[in-house]
Amino acid sequence: GNPARGHDGAVMGSGQFLQLLIINKAGGLIYNQNLSPGAPQLGSNDWLRIGSTFHSLYAIMMQIAPEASKGIQKLETETFKLECFQTLTGLKFVLTASAGLVQPTLEAVIRQIYELYADYVLKNPFYELDMPIRCELFTKHVTSLIDSYHASSSSYSGSKNVAGRS
Amino acid sequence: MDAHRQVSAAACAYLVSEMIQHFMARIRTAADLEITLHRTGQCVGAKVYELVSAREKSGRRESGIVEVLQFISITCWKCLFGKVADSLERSTDSETEFMIHDARPMTNRFISLPPSLGQLNCASYIAGIVAGMLACAQFPANVTAHSITANGDCVRTVFLVDVIDAH
Repeated sequence: GNPARGHDGAVMGSGQFLQLLIINKAGGLIYNQNLSPGAPQLGSNDWLRIGSTFHSLYAIMMQIAPEASKGIQKLETETFKLECFQTLTGLKFVLTASAGLVQPTLEAVIRQIYELYADYVLKNPFYELDMPIRCELFTKHVTSLIDSYHASSSSYSGSKNVAGRS
Repeated sequence: MDAHRQVSAAACAYLVSEMIQHFMARIRTAADLEITLHRTGQCVGAKVYELVSAREKSGRRESGIVEVLQFISITCWKCLFGKVADSLERSTDSETEFMIHDARPMTNRFISLPPSLGQLNCASYIAGIVAGMLACAQFPANVTAHSITANGDCVRTVFLVDVIDAH
């Protein structure tokens, strides 16, 4: 079939992380970051709207599920997959990746991003809870975490004798 | 130090964060915040110096400035931060200037400064601790914290020690 192409026209590789969203408990978007060049390039207002829409859909899912549900956790389509993690305080981490991404699991990566949040956002005295996140150490660490996964996944594809992740 | 005297880094970080927020509510400018952090550190430094001297050296004191600074940058640093300072240097320009290098001071590890407070250095708390220790050791000095940056990242922090009274 046709290879999946990202928004920049390039063929999507063996698996790329696309976007990270963090939504506060009121439904407002407090953080979004493009994780690869193929990710959709939307304006900041679009992302705000997407964040609050997702928040409403999440609430709807909890209500229409026949048994007690914890809301949207995974969403898979032919071209991408989405993972959502809601913390005990109602904060939602939403991570999207292209469908070709097999390793690592989105759930594992979201947990690591949660740890980075606990370190570089919550321990920052200049950050106000539920406000937009503008902590450069957080952005820097998320970027290097995702880059390390992209680098090791591109060393997997097309090479037979891979020594394993460094 | 014994294992049971260790405190989690996260607990320290939250304490430092709360201390900074407490001061931020009461002062106006970044310069005031640095001065307040420095003054708070001095209180801590004087007490820690006494405590570590008693624990590590049975209360015996150093009598030369270099020995005092070595005691501070190695033994006291280990007690406070779980590691020794990266290096202690004497300035070539002046007899009374010394520099203590630390790649990742505990106060700056988790903190990203907002653009409005770009000049602030939270390590002035540690500079205050060093100043308090030196005052307690009878070598009063001006101690300031400076961040060395490369490509916008803080590479390491230097504590500049300017001893006031030259013997």
